[in-house]
Amino acid sequence: MTIDTAAVGKTFPPFEYEVGREKIREYATALGFDDPIHFDPGAARDAGFRDVVAPPMFCVVYSAGAVGPALFDPEVGMDFARMVHGAQAFEWGEPVCSGDTITTTATCASIEERDDKGFYVFESVSVNGDGAETVRGTWTNIVRGG
Amino acid sequence: MAAEGDQIPELAVTPDRYLPVRYAGASGDFNPIHVDPEFARSVGLPGAILHGLYMMGLVSRAAGAIGDGDPRRLGSLSVQFRGMGFPEEEIVVSGTVAAAGEGQLELDLVASQGDREVIRNATATIRE
Repeated sequence: MTIDTAAVGKTFPPFEYEVGREKIREYATALGFDDPIHFDPGAARDAGFRDVVAPPMFCVVYSAGAVGPALFDPEVGMDFARMVHGAQAFEWGEPVCSGDTITTTATCASIEERDDKGFYVFESVSVNGDGAETVRGTWTNIVRGG
Repeated sequence: MAAEGDQIPELAVTPDRYLPVRYAGASGDFNPIHVDPEFARSVGLPGAILHGLYMMGLVSRAAGAIGDGDPRRLGSLSVQFRGMGFPEEEIVVSGTVAAAGEGQLELDLVASQGDREVIRNATATIRE
């Protein structure tokens, strides 16, 4: 297979997400978290958070609006019928609480061909309203040849 | 703090039939291979499959529990997705402390359904 690497280095428009209590509760419930810091503002404040705090993996919720358009970008040109989500990594900074506005920017970090497969790697960086980084993500998608 | 070589407590979860629908709502990922068994079968899958990021979320729970579930203490998590996960089958996340020191723990984790690994080569760092 021959893959187009023209999109490497392309940065996509930032996406802003407003974090709310009910969305954190919904996510925490789906994942089976039961610590009151994810549900009860009082418990969260007692633990030192501004408000109900999100589980770290909630980052996929507030990053999706930035990463989705990057994955679907025609210049990137991934064939979704042959694509799998191969690997994922996150490094967390400041915790994310209800009331935060998180801005995420995604970049196409690399496109490489190995063993007749295309490896498409995207990076996302998310910051809160104070400009502090909340998470940095590395999203690896693999497209089979054929 | 845990010591190098320690096993971390196993996390066992059996997602019910409608879990992928609730996770789709929670995450915003409504890819039909997760929420529409008929569609999933039409593209050659045995049925609706679990979201990889849901399974990674379970790995984050198991790893984070070592840091008392405090979101400030999970420093990083990196996983490889392998194979498909299915609702109504138990997922077991297990792991060990690979290294301890310098104010943090490094964990190695794996998530399995029966003898199939669904997430492997997972590594996490826990801040002291």
